[in-house]
Amino acid sequence: MDKVTTTIDHSVLVNARKASRKKNLVSFLNKIKKNKAAVAGGIIILLYTLMFLIGPILAPYDPYDVQLDQKLQGPSLDHLMGTDDKGRDILSRILYGSRLSIGVGISAVFFGGTIGTLLGLISGYYGKWVDSIISRILDIMLAFPGILLALAIVSALGPSLINVTIAVGFFSIPMFARIVRGSTMEVKKLEYIDAVKTLGANDMTILIKHIFPNILSPIIVQASMRIATAILSAAGLSFLGLGAQPPSPEWGAMLSNGRDFLFTAPYMALFPGIMISILILGFNLFGDGLRDALDPRMKN
Amino acid sequence: MILFILKRLAQIIPVTLGVTLVVFLIMQMIPGDPAIILAGEGASQETVAELRENLGLNKPLAVQYTDYIKNLLQGDMGHSLKNNQPVFEEITARLPITIELAFYSILITIILGLIAGIISAIRPYSIMDVGLMIVALLGISLPSFWLGILLMYVFSVQLHWLPVAGWESAKHIILPAVTLGAGGAAIVARMTRSSMLEVVNQDYIRTAKAKGLKGYIIILKHALRNALIPVITVVGLQFGSLLGGTVLVESVFAVNGLGRMIVDAIRTRDIPVVQGGVLVASLIFVFINLFVDILYRFFNKRMDLN
Repeated sequence: MDKVTTTIDHSVLVNARKASRKKNLVSFLNKIKKNKAAVAGGIIILLYTLMFLIGPILAPYDPYDVQLDQKLQGPSLDHLMGTDDKGRDILSRILYGSRLSIGVGISAVFFGGTIGTLLGLISGYYGKWVDSIISRILDIMLAFPGILLALAIVSALGPSLINVTIAVGFFSIPMFARIVRGSTMEVKKLEYIDAVKTLGANDMTILIKHIFPNILSPIIVQASMRIATAILSAAGLSFLGLGAQPPSPEWGAMLSNGRDFLFTAPYMALFPGIMISILILGFNLFGDGLRDALDPRMKN
Repeated sequence: MILFILKRLAQIIPVTLGVTLVVFLIMQMIPGDPAIILAGEGASQETVAELRENLGLNKPLAVQYTDYIKNLLQGDMGHSLKNNQPVFEEITARLPITIELAFYSILITIILGLIAGIISAIRPYSIMDVGLMIVALLGISLPSFWLGILLMYVFSVQLHWLPVAGWESAKHIILPAVTLGAGGAAIVARMTRSSMLEVVNQDYIRTAKAKGLKGYIIILKHALRNALIPVITVVGLQFGSLLGGTVLVESVFAVNGLGRMIVDAIRTRDIPVVQGGVLVASLIFVFINLFVDILYRFFNKRMDLN
């Protein structure tokens, strides 16, 4: 009998939280819809998502097909973005490369976000010495400037796109952990957590079923902002020759290759650069809109 | 204030030790046997054994770390695996170039950022404001390595005004410094604008206006001084991405600084050089952060007293 009562109480609590979350989400989306910058950023991100999904289907040529007799041709109707030093169609390479460039960013944020969230949840929930140790580790990770921590990791693991994903993900960990830690500390003080504790839920259940779903919004906001940094860092590392290796059509690597032909075929560096920049612009616009929607005081 | 400085100094000790530990662990993170991998393909067993002995890899990890710290305190960062030069010497040769580049970049960040931010804030929503903020948004969105290539194409390849690469004269400094400082300038411009707009609505600015003070005096003497506090923090935070950015910008413009040294060393898997470079850049960053914290505290304190 006791058990039945517990289940009923529990489901009532969970349903109440779900309803409140849904209401918050609807009001949040309405705010975003009213923000022009966020909408413009959202459209750009959507277009890139489409390219990520169906880009290779749209590609007019094989991105790896070397046609030396057609090398270094400027933009034309046959090759809208021209051809590179090996006669490969730049447009096709960019469409295929979207999977690599965007994919690396998303994977790195997923990797860093998962570990960061776990650390933040544990740190914020248990507090005391657990929090102290994790916070000190995060302080150390944050003591490395910019992409230097990623560089250090790539230097040990060796240059490759997978290692760049790990490295970029790794240096995203402290940003997620900090935010999740703060949110967890706030949520764990709420009454419903006391209620589920009284009902006998263990720490794992509380963390995963009751705290995690309620701190999802800041995690999602952070992830959407980190993806831009991750894509940019990964492209930067590939540009340095430490990520994607030839003949990979990753945008940073294409840009690096194009740099060698700046005098004869500047479009080789132009198009991959434009693709990265517009994507980052989209994320920045969207991020600005998110910030305004979340914190109206920032809007001037 | 002194107590605050001492407290912050005490906090720095574990972080500095932590940084040295992470840098030390780079060698241990190499998958497999680091000696075999670093000696390269086809190296004889004697070479591998000798390298293992030289790098101290046959000792227990704790002993290796203690040795590493002892050597660091004596200014010994090991030797390059490629040319056997002391890493410390290599760094002291390259670091001044990177510091010079960072100095000019931060100057551009502050000057351009403040001017653009103030102009925008004086007439919000005017054509000038919208134009400047669009440029700032672009400045944040353009990757430094692409902006560098664009500037190089326009000013070196097309106009022949500035040299393509290298680090010999004042002319060589302009493009790398602008490339590195542009992103930060855009962030500072946006921050100055929003921080100024917040300040100009405060009561004391209204009082200054009511007293009949001239517009530019209100802006420079009253509004800017208080609006600068969050801007200082942003400039401080920019140092991190600036130091990271030198890696990319030095590679674009073939500048022989610390950043390029690290990248070249990663390509040739010269791990002691990577370790030395990353350690020095990170320690500089840690101490700059300390300085910014103290500065921020100082300005905040002054505001409290006012």
